[in-house]
Amino acid sequence: MDRREFAIKVGSPAAFVVAMFALWELVCRALAVPITVLPAPSDVFAALWQYRAPIAANAVVTLWTTLAGFLIATVFGLALGIAVGWHRALYAGVYPVLVGFNSIPKVAVVPVLILWFGIGEVPAVLTAFLISFFPIVVNVATGLATTEPELEDVLRALGASKLDVMRKVGIPRSLPYFFGSLKVAITLAFVGAVVSETVGANRGIGKLMLDAQAAFQVPIVFAGLLVLAVLGIALYAVTAGIEARFTRWAFRGQAAH
Amino acid sequence: MAANASSASPTLVRLEGVSMVYGRGAGAVRAIEDVSLTIARGEFIAVVGPSGCGKSSLMKLISGLHPPAAGRLEVEGEPVRGPIKSVGMAFQNSNLLPWRTALENVLLPLEIVEPHRSRMRRERARYRERAQRLLESVGLAGFTDKYPWELSGGMQQRTSICRALVHEPEILMLDEPFGALDAFTREELWCALRDLQAERGVTVMLVTHDLREAVFLADTVYVMSSRPGRIVMRCEVGLPRPRDLEVTYTPQFQEIVHELRRRIGLRQH
Repeated sequence: MDRREFAIKVGSPAAFVVAMFALWELVCRALAVPITVLPAPSDVFAALWQYRAPIAANAVVTLWTTLAGFLIATVFGLALGIAVGWHRALYAGVYPVLVGFNSIPKVAVVPVLILWFGIGEVPAVLTAFLISFFPIVVNVATGLATTEPELEDVLRALGASKLDVMRKVGIPRSLPYFFGSLKVAITLAFVGAVVSETVGANRGIGKLMLDAQAAFQVPIVFAGLLVLAVLGIALYAVTAGIEARFTRWAFRGQAAH
Repeated sequence: MAANASSASPTLVRLEGVSMVYGRGAGAVRAIEDVSLTIARGEFIAVVGPSGCGKSSLMKLISGLHPPAAGRLEVEGEPVRGPIKSVGMAFQNSNLLPWRTALENVLLPLEIVEPHRSRMRRERARYRERAQRLLESVGLAGFTDKYPWELSGGMQQRTSICRALVHEPEILMLDEPFGALDAFTREELWCALRDLQAERGVTVMLVTHDLREAVFLADTVYVMSSRPGRIVMRCEVGLPRPRDLEVTYTPQFQEIVHELRRRIGLRQH
């Protein structure tokens, strides 16, 4: 990275974030906004520091439920995506069901999960899973379904089985779709876990915020939001990094290798 | 190995009154009707005709990817019932896998066709060497470890042809392989293909709409009519081999091209 590029890629977002917090602080002070309505960033950071131990403990819970749900979604989504992309009949049969299922707001499913599994981490993991597997399935299936027919002819003329075509072409070809969907899925899984925590849980950032809200500890609520934003960015960045590493060939236009 | 086909060469492909249909019932489209032709071992044939005349369908038919609706189709004296393995194919779009280097792309058929498939693991080095030599023979020395997007259109097409040849198929099927290239690159690739064929004596079926290309490269040119495709003319190109690009400017060459053009034109009106 040369200087100019560094200024754009690192300097620009950093300056923007600082400016945003500064503006927020300024507005709160100038208009004397009550702390119970909108705490200034200084109050939020103070709360963040003061309650760092419980916040960290709850963040860990949210993080692992998110990751557990995401992991299940990845394995399940990949398997179902390959199955659906393999057979046209399966695709036709499963797709409407998937769309229907995906249309149900997952927050409406949480009470059912709590009914089945009780208050705890299991509903959060399952919500994270349920909300995030759909984009993985759809993307993997699309990647497989859009294999060039001519390329398939080349391989079939060589006597390749359906499995060969999948292994040599279909699956490598759908990897960019798969990794692209992971970026979407991790964000959704995070949303799912937090939603579930705010509906009913013992631990987690969502639960912490709910308790703080009930006690009018508004700076802690905002500290929770801040932690969620940072975690969300970190999770996204990690999956985006994995994507760039494994599917470099798909980004040939943008990056030197 | 001499590439010239003589009438004494054994027949490799025989079609007798073959028709081909896409789809079923009322929506069925007749792509090819009553086509009879033979391809001798080592012969270079070209099929020309207006677009949509079923040239590519003919290729699918012979390679066994699509069954005939009527007639007899034999390759090496055996009726064709499914994909025949002794075929290599290349298309207008090079269809290289972007996650593989040129060399790895050329190796792809060897990972699928027996007996190479089972030997691949043990003899990978030897196969790589073979692919390397093949790529060098079409002027791609020094580009074998490049990814497809790092190659020019002409280089991609050379790689694609190498991929079609690496498992030493009986028949090389080319579907407008140079259609997307500029005129100069195209002529360069004609020569590359001419040399490859002369060196290996492989049987080639070239589908093209470029009459000069067909006459320059082929021993026999077939003209097809528009849908449903029938063969309206068979023309033996008597030009001596090896042919130089200069030959394309001779009156004899022009004469053949004109004759072919007339037959295509007549059928369209």
